[in-house]
Amino acid sequence: MKLVIKNGTVVNPLVGKTEKTSIVIENGKVTEITAKPDTKDAEVFNAEGMFVAPGFIDIHVHFRDPGFEYKEDIFSGLEAAAAGGFTSVCTMPNTKPAADNVETIRYMYERAAKGNGVKLYPIAAATKGLKGESLAPIGELAEGGAIAISDDGRPIQNTDLLKRVMEYASTFDMMYVSHSEDLYLSETAQMNEGYYSTVYGMTGNPVVGEASQIARDCMMAEYLKLPIHIAHVSAALSVDIIKFFKERGAKITAETAPHYITLTDEALGGFDTNTKINPPLRSEADRLAVIKALKDGIIDAIATDHAPHHQREKEVEFNNAPSGIVGLETALPLVLKLYHDKELPIERIVELFTAGYKIMGIDGGKIEVGAPADITVFDPDYQWTVDKNMFKSKSRNTPFHGFHVKGAVSATIVDGKIVYSRDF
Amino acid sequence: MKHLLGIENLNKDQIMNILETAVSFAEINQRQIKKVPTLKGKTIINFFAEPSTRTRTSFEVAEKRLSADTYNIAVSGSAIQKGETLADTALNLQAMGPDAMVIRHSVSGTPQLLTEIMDCSIINAGDGFHEHPTQALLDAYTIWQRKGGFEGLKVALLGDIYHSRVARSNIYLLNKMGAHVSISGPGTMLPKEVEKMGVTVEKLPKYAVQDADIVMMLRVQNERASNLLYPDVREYSRYFMLTPELLKLAKKDALVMHPGPANRGVEIDDVVMDGEQSVILEQVSNGVNVRMAVLYLLLGGADK
Ligand SMILES: [Zn+2]
Repeated sequence: MKLVIKNGTVVNPLVGKTEKTSIVIENGKVTEITAKPDTKDAEVFNAEGMFVAPGFIDIHVHFRDPGFEYKEDIFSGLEAAAAGGFTSVCTMPNTKPAADNVETIRYMYERAAKGNGVKLYPIAAATKGLKGESLAPIGELAEGGAIAISDDGRPIQNTDLLKRVMEYASTFDMMYVSHSEDLYLSETAQMNEGYYSTVYGMTGNPVVGEASQIARDCMMAEYLKLPIHIAHVSAALSVDIIKFFKERGAKITAETAPHYITLTDEALGGFDTNTKINPPLRSEADRLAVIKALKDGIIDAIATDHAPHHQREKEVEFNNAPSGIVGLETALPLVLKLYHDKELPIERIVELFTAGYKIMGIDGGKIEVGAPADITVFDPDYQWTVDKNMFKSKSRNTPFHGFHVKGAVSATIVDGKIVYSRDF
Repeated sequence: MKHLLGIENLNKDQIMNILETAVSFAEINQRQIKKVPTLKGKTIINFFAEPSTRTRTSFEVAEKRLSADTYNIAVSGSAIQKGETLADTALNLQAMGPDAMVIRHSVSGTPQLLTEIMDCSIINAGDGFHEHPTQALLDAYTIWQRKGGFEGLKVALLGDIYHSRVARSNIYLLNKMGAHVSISGPGTMLPKEVEKMGVTVEKLPKYAVQDADIVMMLRVQNERASNLLYPDVREYSRYFMLTPELLKLAKKDALVMHPGPANRGVEIDDVVMDGEQSVILEQVSNGVNVRMAVLYLLLGGADK
């Protein structure tokens, strides 16, 4: 089985090349990168006018399986990933049961193996039951294939426990992923604290709660000389703190999500529960600072924080709605806006979507002869309107329904197999 | 105008129209027989998902005097606990075919969400900390009747601004009508960047009250004492209660207002509450006039 992706602009930042060429794939691997491919007996994908990039990696998704399959299961999650151009995803451990035991990790791998081919890497719980009280069996979780540890959604408040988690995990080369939030400051909060929380009459979650926990966690990483990854950075102050510790040489990586570069807290004015997200949508100054951090390299990756919730869970009063939105199928066009606005070159966009290889130590990040053919092909100029009813995800909780966007995934290829292609 | 969700989206003319309409209902309310057939055959649901005696009664009286058929639904606690979503609740109420629904809810924005689900007029009787438009309108009516206008008036708004929908609606309204609002309260009760709403923020009430034409007090919720908002009632009243001495700093003919129910001896001194400058009971009776005007304009106006 031979596949040729013909005449696309191959964006290969890790190799340092952006060039119009073709890629030949055989037996799941890239066998040739050439302007003059031999297409005899090959399936040809015409990528004229499109960008061809190393497969996108989303290092922060919630697939709700096991436990909340009515929101999303591993199969629908992987379909949504493919539709969004992602060839690999890292799933967060807040399932039911939580991914704090090796059986659940194995279950996830077994389910994913029966899926569409998109690669799934589970992030395991850092503490038992995500309770923030005692260590999860991190050694066994690592042995079972967990790729990192995190108490995403229920951050560790006890600093002594955080220290022990990081120290213990280091034995097994497991990195801690920090969801940075001071729960005392956010307990009753519905949105970012600022002018709009005042006007809309809602309790606010101040930037300080995120930034202070990022500072604490970065300090701990520096002190312990261990790597740490900061999830969903949403605020200017957070960016400055990460910059400070990066400049001191601490081993820090960070991600942000497409919604933080697209929307601000003003968007909550319609009281649409699909604008309720944690961390919350911040101010315009924060949004601009996050974009600048993507440019400056302070933030290393785009991750979606894909958080499916059933429609009936969101069709409630604002305060009763759960936080989170689906993100896999809208990420690319939202981020490509920075390319169209000439904020970021296409190489940087591709870097941001593939940085998971170095952050999580996943195979990928470049297209090279001999490597697995995980490839994302996208048309940067295709214009379409987001329709939540067309999502592959089981859930519809997006604030972007009806948005006119530019840029679409043309094909997602995993191990040489086309797992998604768009009918234009 | 189909709904009344807040003051934010009203303009000066719409506000004046409501106040002027309220004058004619005030006349009716002076009569011996206070009932008119204006809304005969119209159905109004009063949906109160948060305890309220005053506002609910005031709406009920207004509705009955307009001859509407009214139904009260009180929901204790959140419907979600019974496994029903807001959308389900709304569709069930919609099925009863009301012409209007008056809603009080502890969660900001809920009336607005209902306009997307239901076909009838939605009247916000207070949502979370967000807006309480009929309260601001009845306050405005009271000021207008007593002062003859709004232009250039100085209004001191004192107390728990953070948790007050009355404060927000009044700030919008008074700004639109050309009055100036000075606010004061402990730091824990001032929401972030509130000055951007067009108010002057003063540290202590004595600065806000200085030369004020109106002193508007806000209710301090006693249970919030445990919520780290102020040390105790003794300290709160020492610095933030409206006393006769504090009131002396305002203009001689300043009006004292309170949306009620007031905590005597906490945010307002007995002497002030019952004093000559207090128009607190007038506010209550004006509430009926203004709510009749709102119901008439939303429901009756189109048929005439
Ligand atoms: Zn998180």
